[in-house]
Amino acid sequence: MIEFRMPSLGADMEDGTLREWKVKPGDTVKRGDIIADVETMKGIIEIEVFEEGTIEQLLVKEDEKVPVGKVMALIAPKAGTADIPPKTIPTEKPAELHPIEERPTPAPEHKHEGVRASPLAKRIAAENHLDLSSVHGTGDGGAITREDVEKALAERDIRLKSSTPETAAASAVSTETIRMAVAAAMSKSNREIPHYYLETSIDMSKAVAWLAEANRQRPVQKRLLPVVLLIKAVANALLEFPDLNAIWDNGLQRKNEINIGFVVSLRTGGLVVPAIHRANEKSLDEIMEVLNDLIPRARALKLRSSELSESTITLTNLGDGGADVVFGVIYPPQVAIVGFGGIMEQPVAINGMLDVRPVLRATLAGDHRATDGLTGGRFLTALKNKLQQPETL
Amino acid sequence: MNESEIKTIIFQLLKQIAPDTEPSTLQPGDNIRDVLGIDSFDALQFLVALDEKLGIDIPEADYGKTATLERLMGYVRSKTP
Repeated sequence: MIEFRMPSLGADMEDGTLREWKVKPGDTVKRGDIIADVETMKGIIEIEVFEEGTIEQLLVKEDEKVPVGKVMALIAPKAGTADIPPKTIPTEKPAELHPIEERPTPAPEHKHEGVRASPLAKRIAAENHLDLSSVHGTGDGGAITREDVEKALAERDIRLKSSTPETAAASAVSTETIRMAVAAAMSKSNREIPHYYLETSIDMSKAVAWLAEANRQRPVQKRLLPVVLLIKAVANALLEFPDLNAIWDNGLQRKNEINIGFVVSLRTGGLVVPAIHRANEKSLDEIMEVLNDLIPRARALKLRSSELSESTITLTNLGDGGADVVFGVIYPPQVAIVGFGGIMEQPVAINGMLDVRPVLRATLAGDHRATDGLTGGRFLTALKNKLQQPETL
Repeated sequence: MNESEIKTIIFQLLKQIAPDTEPSTLQPGDNIRDVLGIDSFDALQFLVALDEKLGIDIPEADYGKTATLERLMGYVRSKTP
């Protein structure tokens, strides 16, 4: 029998409150299926299962607070897999909860994958917990527009008003709880991780020109943001420096997937860091599509467990906020965080001549237990080289 | 479309993008992104919404012409019948 336990979704998580079971005894489940909604300090999280089988018993009642690691359900393994020992879940090392290397099939990346919809439509749907697959699109090629989502929401409101009133499943997560989650993770990082910091300046002339030309040929719905280049460049550079794409748990443990934790600031304060899975394998357009889906859901605090627990490195981009440079704090148990400031025109000396170029200041904060400055410096050099050849990204 | 109608639509779309802000307090010369705290992702979403609502696809080269409320309204007015 497989024991399904309350997962840990970050270094700061000690428990979560089961809000809703999505399955019942007798249901069959497969890898990537969402079986429960759990409320944490980071919002209502959709909890995925990574086993195949039949739900035997639900051991936890809805609205019950459940410590990380407690058995929530028993799953009878699918025939032919009964000899596989149940996956045990440690309670103090969240990054090992679902070891990436052991997962043969990646979970679906996001709820709206495959659904053609504008970013605004996705955002409004996420904020209102509306499943886009149930919405009829009237845009080009059947794409779902803002109007389609608003119409679906209005219809849903009418349905809800005409049925039995239900308590709000998605209870509000306050700014204070998010703040406490960030505080717990950052305090742990500051206590336990000996950081080193490196910085480099990157001439972004080619990247800016390449992006302008790429966007000139695209309708507004398909345009790329500069951060897409940064995400892809970081992911590609990590292929050469696997010790930075890792966790520290009584030693360095490299990760096979490159899952970029992308810092999303919340308007009311605080932040969440959902993962962009296998970023090195995605095209720039695919990364932009992921952002279009992920950022609205992150701001609506409507993420999946895999998106909160599987980052292997963090990327923070404070260029929009006006910062020239940012030195990040590592999110444990990761071992590195890459920081980007704004792209600004700067005087640059080239072959003894002064010129004015768009310059980006990139930083790396590394865990000195895991790597040394030499590795970090070489990583930044690789990152610089990749951003100066945008056509190769 | 008159100025009042354009302003109403702009405020509605901004409010959808940044629900916790109050776009109606914007002054004509205010930089919209700075005053409302809108990042580049939200700014792009606003342009997508504007395109969906009014059929105006603002090229990236013209972003600078839409930075303030006054300039954005003028730009929209020039592109709508």
